[in-house]
Amino acid sequence: MAECHPVGFQWVMEAKRRGAAVIHVDPRFTRTSALADLHVPLRAGTDIAFLGGLVNHVLQNELDFRDYLLTYTNAPAIVDERFQDTEDLDGLFSGYDPQTGTYHPQSWGYEDAQAAAAAGHREMPKSGAGRTTPGDTHGAAGATLAAKPHMDRTLQHPRCVYQILKRHFARYTPEHVEQVCGIGQDTFRRVADAITSNSGRDRTTAFAYSVGWTQHTVGVQYIRTAAILQLLLGNIGRPGGGILALRGHASIQGSTDIPTLFNILPGYIPMPHAHPNQDLEAFVEADAGSTGFWGNMRSYVVSLLKAWYGPAATAENDFCFDYLPRLTGDHGSYRTVLDQIEGTVKGYFVIGENPAVGSANAKLQRLGLANLEWLVVRDFQMIETATFWKDGPEIDTGELETERIGTEVFFLPAAAHTEKDGTFTNTQRLLQWHHRAVEPRGDQRSDLWFYYHLGHRIRQKLAGSTDGRDRPVLDLTWNYPVEGAMDEPVADAVLREINGFGADGSPLSSYTELTDDGSTSCGCWIYCGCYADGVNQTARRKPGHEQSWVASEWAWAWPSNRRIIYNRASADADGRPWSERKAYVWWDPGERRWTGHDVPDFQASKPPDFEPEPDAKAEDALAGTDAFIMQSDGKAWLYVPTGLVDGPLPTHYEPHESPFTNVLYTQQANPTRQMYGHRANRYHPPPSDPGSAVFPYVFTTYRLTEHHTAGGMSRFLPYLSELQPEFFCEVSPQLAAERGLTHLGWATVVTARNAVEARVLVTERLRPLKLQGRTVHQVGVPYHWGPNGLSTGDAGNELLSVVLDPNVHIQEAKVATCDIRPGRRPRGRELLRLVERYQERAGIATEESP
Amino acid sequence: MNHQLSGPVDDVAAQAGYDDHPQRVGFFTDTSVCIGCKACEVACKEWNLVPEGGEPDLLGLSYDNTGDLGANTWRHVAFVEQAAPRREPVDLGMPAVGAPGGQETAEDDRDVRWLMMSDVCKHCTHAACLDVCPTGSLFRTEYGTVVVQEDICNGCGYCVPACPYGVLDVRPDDGRAWKCTLCYDRLGDGLEPACAKACPTDSIQFGTLDELRERAEQRVEQLRADGVTQARLYGESPDDGVGGDGCFFLLLDEPEVYGLPPDPVVTTKDLPSMWRDAGAAAAVAAGTVLAAFLGSRR
Repeated sequence: MAECHPVGFQWVMEAKRRGAAVIHVDPRFTRTSALADLHVPLRAGTDIAFLGGLVNHVLQNELDFRDYLLTYTNAPAIVDERFQDTEDLDGLFSGYDPQTGTYHPQSWGYEDAQAAAAAGHREMPKSGAGRTTPGDTHGAAGATLAAKPHMDRTLQHPRCVYQILKRHFARYTPEHVEQVCGIGQDTFRRVADAITSNSGRDRTTAFAYSVGWTQHTVGVQYIRTAAILQLLLGNIGRPGGGILALRGHASIQGSTDIPTLFNILPGYIPMPHAHPNQDLEAFVEADAGSTGFWGNMRSYVVSLLKAWYGPAATAENDFCFDYLPRLTGDHGSYRTVLDQIEGTVKGYFVIGENPAVGSANAKLQRLGLANLEWLVVRDFQMIETATFWKDGPEIDTGELETERIGTEVFFLPAAAHTEKDGTFTNTQRLLQWHHRAVEPRGDQRSDLWFYYHLGHRIRQKLAGSTDGRDRPVLDLTWNYPVEGAMDEPVADAVLREINGFGADGSPLSSYTELTDDGSTSCGCWIYCGCYADGVNQTARRKPGHEQSWVASEWAWAWPSNRRIIYNRASADADGRPWSERKAYVWWDPGERRWTGHDVPDFQASKPPDFEPEPDAKAEDALAGTDAFIMQSDGKAWLYVPTGLVDGPLPTHYEPHESPFTNVLYTQQANPTRQMYGHRANRYHPPPSDPGSAVFPYVFTTYRLTEHHTAGGMSRFLPYLSELQPEFFCEVSPQLAAERGLTHLGWATVVTARNAVEARVLVTERLRPLKLQGRTVHQVGVPYHWGPNGLSTGDAGNELLSVVLDPNVHIQEAKVATCDIRPGRRPRGRELLRLVERYQERAGIATEESP
Repeated sequence: MNHQLSGPVDDVAAQAGYDDHPQRVGFFTDTSVCIGCKACEVACKEWNLVPEGGEPDLLGLSYDNTGDLGANTWRHVAFVEQAAPRREPVDLGMPAVGAPGGQETAEDDRDVRWLMMSDVCKHCTHAACLDVCPTGSLFRTEYGTVVVQEDICNGCGYCVPACPYGVLDVRPDDGRAWKCTLCYDRLGDGLEPACAKACPTDSIQFGTLDELRERAEQRVEQLRADGVTQARLYGESPDDGVGGDGCFFLLLDEPEVYGLPPDPVVTTKDLPSMWRDAGAAAAVAAGTVLAAFLGSRR
């Protein structure tokens, strides 16, 4: 966190000053470790085993926060008798289909709750574009449950979630943690004691993670394991608790809320699939669920369509629901790259990204770029993605020739955030407005300018068209005011549209005001209220010392300016704070209202003892203790009966490439991980194959404070470049001795994908892994570099393969295997020969697919 | 007021001739919360338009690629990688950074410790650089800080060896001396210096010297109470060889480990006695010569 989020880390230091214990779990000893009370160097890719060990520690010793558990989680829920756990099937759950590498999740549901029936309805047609996942079809809500589960509040039923959990994690013992993660049992117990003694009525523990958790073939389940632990300990919805996702850029949270993702619409509404004859009604029915706040999904969708299509959206034409594009399969970023190579994707916008060096298997990315008809790159600098056609590594190796690349490349200079108005949405869901400080220079333009004027020109070209397929573009509300010499669209007007308007045209103040009859419009339902009272709430900058410690008047948090979501759980079943020390929101019996330091995340007048009518819908179906209001059953899910594609419980699998066999189960890696067979994306053999010895070391990729992601914002700036002037790798003194590497000398790191050269830093901060009676060395590879700019070097991403988490299609960039050798890499065709020789030795030279 | 060349000085600005002046200001750099982000280095260069440091080079000094303070580096973050438990301290007899990464070859299972410290001009109570400057380019400000007026620096370079900390240096391309001004221009506008403003963890704290010394005293006591027995202040004492630093530090190890001199002494401290001795020597020499002439006449 200190490495990549130094500004946010000030609050960790502030907590430490006030007595908090800071524990840093990371394979490397980083700047964060240097300031932590305890550094826990676990083997990359084994976090589920580590967190699972903590879960087991809590369960076996009954250290859970029992009142919280019984009130707010699905621990008492009874699961379908057909469900079989990894305990029963040696690392697989029931429903696995080895032919397709997918699960049929019907047996995972609650007993007598009809979760399975709807799943078939949403089954995707198999297409050449690859498979889709329930994650793609369900948005953030996951699949829906048709009924509330049976509950055993004694937690004794053998099929209740609590007992299943206990059995599932029983093998995650301190001994196994030591064997799998390489963490000594003393260290493990120190962590376990620190976390459990700092949880409960009076104390809370928080977890913060970054892409070190997400960039794995089991990334979603990493966070799930942390969620289970935090729920067992009662650390969700309470001050000082939670699981904090530290996003990789200033507004990555914003770009998921109003997504740049293919499978969701604004506000986590799922993107519709190409089901024949599916109208709005059927879409909402299939995905919304009838209970919980997602029960109002029709209002959110209709208001979105009204924001986009205005008067053209009417009840008669289903509010233009058919104008929305439809998914036909996996259209994720990596699938798209393979489709470019196959020639089915012809054009590509690259906005503020640098995939030619910044995405896993950089060569694969460049091969895709080289096979397009057109490419638009909008960036501050002439990044590698814009110049691959003349000086990319494949020009040197002869794999590509400039004269033969047909891609027409348009480079458009972009304006920086200091040159435009707009918001950043940070990890706390805070929308923070920034004002333009200076005008953009020359041809630099904001993204808003680019898209507005591009849309304007396209609409001019289509004007008068009678072709029905042009209607979705021509009917868009595209009437933003512009200002200044550059005709800059007014960002404030866009924020107003996102906030939404009522029937009388006045700004809405909460998503609870949205209707499904077309009388309200709202560009993103969770952002509704950011312009309440006609005031840009996101521009509020009242200093902390002039307001309460919750700081509700600094900027604006979605939803409804709540700073902690699910905060009903900060009070007990009766609505009283768990303790005075941790009081946050509570039920005021005199006023008969929820009140407190923050905006209560609950219907304000619903009393704690409220019981819903059996046929109630949406939020009215939630009881006075159903704190997790977005869930159809109002409970936090320790066990996920539907919505995940790789199992209802987290299970330790080895990384896709690992020198170790899985000691917990026969199943080696996540059986549902997404693999892409391609000659430029060869995978290393599993550890059971002698060929794996060709790549004996583990490497992990990461960022440094001095640079930003793929370098477009840092490698071209002299003041930052001189701080980390070139690509390097980090090795331990032991590995240096084993391979003849010298401090500041050169090394070549090799995988089956490519080979890169890097200067060597020999440091004790990188330690050999010692587990299962073996010593395995690690290589640290910061990934910021490429050939352009002031600080240069090979791209660490050349080394990675494309292998993905099946839920969210995120690449496993945090762990893989490699070889390292002294000296610089060969040039030209000799580089290809080097990699080919490795492939031959590993026995993978001819494989086209895994 | 007499111009003292050593020892404690109550009011350094008054000694420099300011009758009515603001309180003396400085930095308290608390290395126990430094995360080595180098925001101070960048903010300093951005605000003061300091040129980049020349041809970038990977130095191999852990994550430090700046190397040291100089004409183009007015803040410098040192990174010290140590094996822990620490080796027995060895008296190297001169300032040196701890063993950088890659120099250790001992057993596997040692813990490591990574110390970071943002170094800066100390703005000494007795600033030898100022004393030796022949043009008056280096001067004491009303805030008690020491600043180079670049327009009248003649590039003689006397200040460079005069500094007991090795802070000052001349730019090869223009020959003049440059160093931290404690953002003299910002102080006049009531702003804190750029490095302190940019520091995310408040490792660099700006304020009046009296208040900073008080704050530092409390911090070091708290750290020691928390078991950080090695915590100590450096440069805060008016009784030290430079009369106390305007910019002082909280360190977690011996100063030598961070590349700081353990007992800095203002290099002009002995100037009076040197002149006295030189005068005596000259008198003796003159007497001898005179005696020789007188003798030869005899």
